[in-house]
Amino acid sequence: MHLAYPAVLAVLLFCVGLYGVLARRNAILVLMSVELMLNAVNLNLVAFDVAFRDVLRSGQSFTLFIIALAAAEIGIGLAIVLMVYRNRGTSAVDRLRDLADTDAGGTGAAADPADPADRQDPQGAGDAAGGPATASKKAEATA
Amino acid sequence: MTLAAETHGFLSPTGVEIVFLLTGLVTLGAAVITVTTRQLVHAALWLVVALGGLAVEYLLLTAEFVAWVQVLIYVGSVVVLLLFGLMLTRAPIGRSPDADSGNRWVALGVAGAAAVLLVTLVVDAFRTTWIDLDEPKGTTDLLGASVFRHWVLPFEALSVLLLAALVGAIVLSRKDGGAAEEPVEDPAAADDGGEG
Repeated sequence: MHLAYPAVLAVLLFCVGLYGVLARRNAILVLMSVELMLNAVNLNLVAFDVAFRDVLRSGQSFTLFIIALAAAEIGIGLAIVLMVYRNRGTSAVDRLRDLADTDAGGTGAAADPADPADRQDPQGAGDAAGGPATASKKAEATA
Repeated sequence: MTLAAETHGFLSPTGVEIVFLLTGLVTLGAAVITVTTRQLVHAALWLVVALGGLAVEYLLLTAEFVAWVQVLIYVGSVVVLLLFGLMLTRAPIGRSPDADSGNRWVALGVAGAAAVLLVTLVVDAFRTTWIDLDEPKGTTDLLGASVFRHWVLPFEALSVLLLAALVGAIVLSRKDGGAAEEPVEDPAAADDGGEG
């Protein structure tokens, strides 16, 4: 078999997973896309292991290790997503903006008045208005 | 691997290559539907098709043990975990209009550019490399001997990692420990956010 077939398929699967990670909003769909990217790497490892006749079978052994790692990763990831959903009431990754660097006030050391990113007052005001709403929603979800 | 291009036709695919190509098209189509569908449960079910197609590709590459591990762990447990996660976060059953975030065109551009670059590179690099599939190279016998002879230390480290992941998942999803502390922590976090 030509080696380009599995290599090109792995590349295309990786790029599909990349699109999913960047474009999806639900955190669980982002995890699914991460699984696609890991599987693309697995296909590459198996194909090159078989092609180069590795005596240690390192490609297939690494594939087994990556599958176990992916199972651990999906368990921890889902636990984190469930905890976030329980505390915030949402699992959309673009609404978890507590650490976003858009606040106009800044913490003093990190705030630069000449920084054009700090001058976006409407966005900062919108985030400040969204802050108590999410906090109240969080308290409501915890109660 | 052989470099003798005269024994292989460059554009005369063998039967294995045709089957690999068709399965690859099914796998790729299922993956594309997984990342583009607006029904969240359907995304998980199309992921089953994509991962099963990859298991068939492993079988075609004579890596049968990896194929069955893929079926057991990915199709059997990871997708079930994802479906449980979708249920527990109360994902909408029907079409959800906000499944994609606002930067999907940027994502499409990045993924397309990466695909064009990598496909060009890979096809140019491995144009004259063939896989010799006449004997199986991934039977349970060979792979088990290799894992437990040469890769036994990573294997043991991985078991420790699985134990740590198990304990971590239990700690993260415990309800009483987190709920007792959160009402104390939340006003402080809100105050910090207000000042900062």
